[in-house]
Amino acid sequence: MNWEPPLFQDLHQIPREEHVFPGAPLCAGCGGLESLRLASKVLGPHVVYVNAAGCFTNLATFPFTPLDASWLYTTMGSAPAGAQGVRDALDVLIAKGRLPKEEDVTVVVLGGDGSTYDMALSSTSGAITRKLDFYYFCYDNEAYGNTGVQLSPSTPYGAKTTTSPCAVQRPVGATQEKKDIFEIWRAHNPPYVATVSPRFPLDLEEKFVRAANYRGPRLFLGFAACPTGWLFDPAHTPDVARLAVECGLWPLKEAVNGEVVHTHFPKLSPVEDYLKLQGRFRHLFEPIVQKEAIAHIQDRVNTYWERVKQTEQKS
Amino acid sequence: MTAQMMTGNLAAAWSARLADVDYVPAFPITPQTEIVETLAKWCGDGSLNARFVTLDSEHSMMTAAGAAAATGARVFTATSSQGLLHAFEVLYTVAGWRVPFVLVNVSRALASPITLEPDHNDVLAARDSGFVQIHAETCQEVLDSILMGYRIAEDARVCLPVVVNLDGFILSFTREPVVVPDQETVKQFLPPFRPAHLGFKASAPHALGTAVTGGATYSYFRHQIHLASVNALRVHEEAAVEFERLFGRRYDVAEGYRLEDAEDVLVMSNAYASKGKAAVDRAREEGRKIGLLRLRVIRPWPAEVVRRALRGKRAVAVLDQNLSPGQGGILFQEIAACLYHEPLRPRSLCSFIGGLGGKNISEGEFCTIFEQMEDAGGRGTGVGPVLLYTEAEHRDMEQLQFLAHELRTGR
Repeated sequence: MNWEPPLFQDLHQIPREEHVFPGAPLCAGCGGLESLRLASKVLGPHVVYVNAAGCFTNLATFPFTPLDASWLYTTMGSAPAGAQGVRDALDVLIAKGRLPKEEDVTVVVLGGDGSTYDMALSSTSGAITRKLDFYYFCYDNEAYGNTGVQLSPSTPYGAKTTTSPCAVQRPVGATQEKKDIFEIWRAHNPPYVATVSPRFPLDLEEKFVRAANYRGPRLFLGFAACPTGWLFDPAHTPDVARLAVECGLWPLKEAVNGEVVHTHFPKLSPVEDYLKLQGRFRHLFEPIVQKEAIAHIQDRVNTYWERVKQTEQKS
Repeated sequence: MTAQMMTGNLAAAWSARLADVDYVPAFPITPQTEIVETLAKWCGDGSLNARFVTLDSEHSMMTAAGAAAATGARVFTATSSQGLLHAFEVLYTVAGWRVPFVLVNVSRALASPITLEPDHNDVLAARDSGFVQIHAETCQEVLDSILMGYRIAEDARVCLPVVVNLDGFILSFTREPVVVPDQETVKQFLPPFRPAHLGFKASAPHALGTAVTGGATYSYFRHQIHLASVNALRVHEEAAVEFERLFGRRYDVAEGYRLEDAEDVLVMSNAYASKGKAAVDRAREEGRKIGLLRLRVIRPWPAEVVRRALRGKRAVAVLDQNLSPGQGGILFQEIAACLYHEPLRPRSLCSFIGGLGGKNISEGEFCTIFEQMEDAGGRGTGVGPVLLYTEAEHRDMEQLQFLAHELRTGR
């Protein structure tokens, strides 16, 4: 294992400088924005965010932006290709002496799960294969959020969305299993892949610092608790984000050059504690308790962590 | 200066090399592939100091092209047909970014049925994207139009991408004599690309392609694209004057051929216009007063030039190498619209559809067009849309259908 002693052991070590300022037109309690704010504290201001269509597209609404970094909105399916064009052009201009080296910027793709898990997969796969030097930050709220919360390939089993409603024919809501984009990335052999949660800020900052040691494609999957889509009070975003990790549904991990290490071993509280907080799972509990569906979710969590314990031999 | 024999594709690659581009995002598609193969070779051996990158699709390729231009690089890219349509949403996106670069489209008819040979439904589908469109007739014009394209795209009054169209097979794979201008003279015509308003710099963050709320803000920005495109007419004129001074060849937004004393006019575009000109020559030998108007710049639409060229004529036939199902020829409609307020508008407007999927247009078909146009001019009525299709072609088609039936039924 190449795990090193963490740099961040205390919240006071997190940089105080802000790069995501108040005034963003996103929903109250947006967990994705919280992750971005923390990430930007390590990424700094010398960044160009290459955005794919999604909730965060609203961040830069003419003539405002809450960022002190640059911004380029592309399309839903090709933000990594936009990153390719920007990175390549920066390299060429620096090599030809038309841009001073100190003017260089870090290229960061900013996309939601709808773009990341499906539409931009070709573009992403291409960028990783070409070893593009960029960060990919996905704010994962497990649905097409900006269009009003529809089923995405990231939507977990049992969640209700407007296109996977709890219905007589399909009482559990979504019957698919969440696509494992972490493993899809890892199969491309990039230097760094990680999941993060804003409720674990030290872990998050640590990972961004570690990723900076590598060149090439670096993925961050940010847990984005979504009050609007998941139907809970915005005040509960921290609880939802914390419980997602502690019940084992959102493992905190990283893969450095393909080798997976879990960075937090949760106490594995029952998944019900997490599910019950959110309206998108309410149909699993009332008017009748869908025991099989809940057990199915719990089984998958248990199986996952059994395997982790076997391979990483930690308790 | 001596001419070399080269294909339209090679001429396009030469033009990118002469323009000293910085970046070539690429994706292969027939009949365009020879362009990017050539550029890959030149980038590899150092004869072109540019980065060549193969993307995962045309959608990605066009995004990378626009993003690199937005960063301040001079960008060249090329595609064709299905590839252009795969990149369709990005065409509008990058035009909205107001980034200058040149895209070459090697025309090829669209699926279904899937085929390889040219017509213009691909490039004309992109006519509302904001790209400036230049349609070339010859391999020389391909090379020259790309150089003019960079100058127009990068002009501060335009700041829009330019697409240069050449016909697949008919130009792309046909060798014609092409004069390759020397690099120093090209530099006089096309100074290095040093945009002040583009680029992502650490010291000067800025946001591009931001969202807008409300139709009023949206309308403002889209109208800016329209005004910039209209500006391209004047910028093209200036570029044409300078190009002629330096290289001795003149290209206007539209080309008149034996128009001055013509009674009736055939309107065409692209490579088949050469066939049209030959047909006009034959008709002239028979004493018919026919001329030809070749449309070269289709966006911005050169309404005034078209009006002046067709004013006072008896009949006009528009030969569209495209088909808008349920409507007819695309350019016919645009010609008709810009003649509406012309007091001396032609008595008759005729619409012909020909050359779909690279179908030949024979001497006989041109004769038919001329006859029908003259008749219509006498009557003062319109004709069409008429699909050009010979009896021999119809017989061949029936034979294929007969075979298909036999194969299916076993009889």
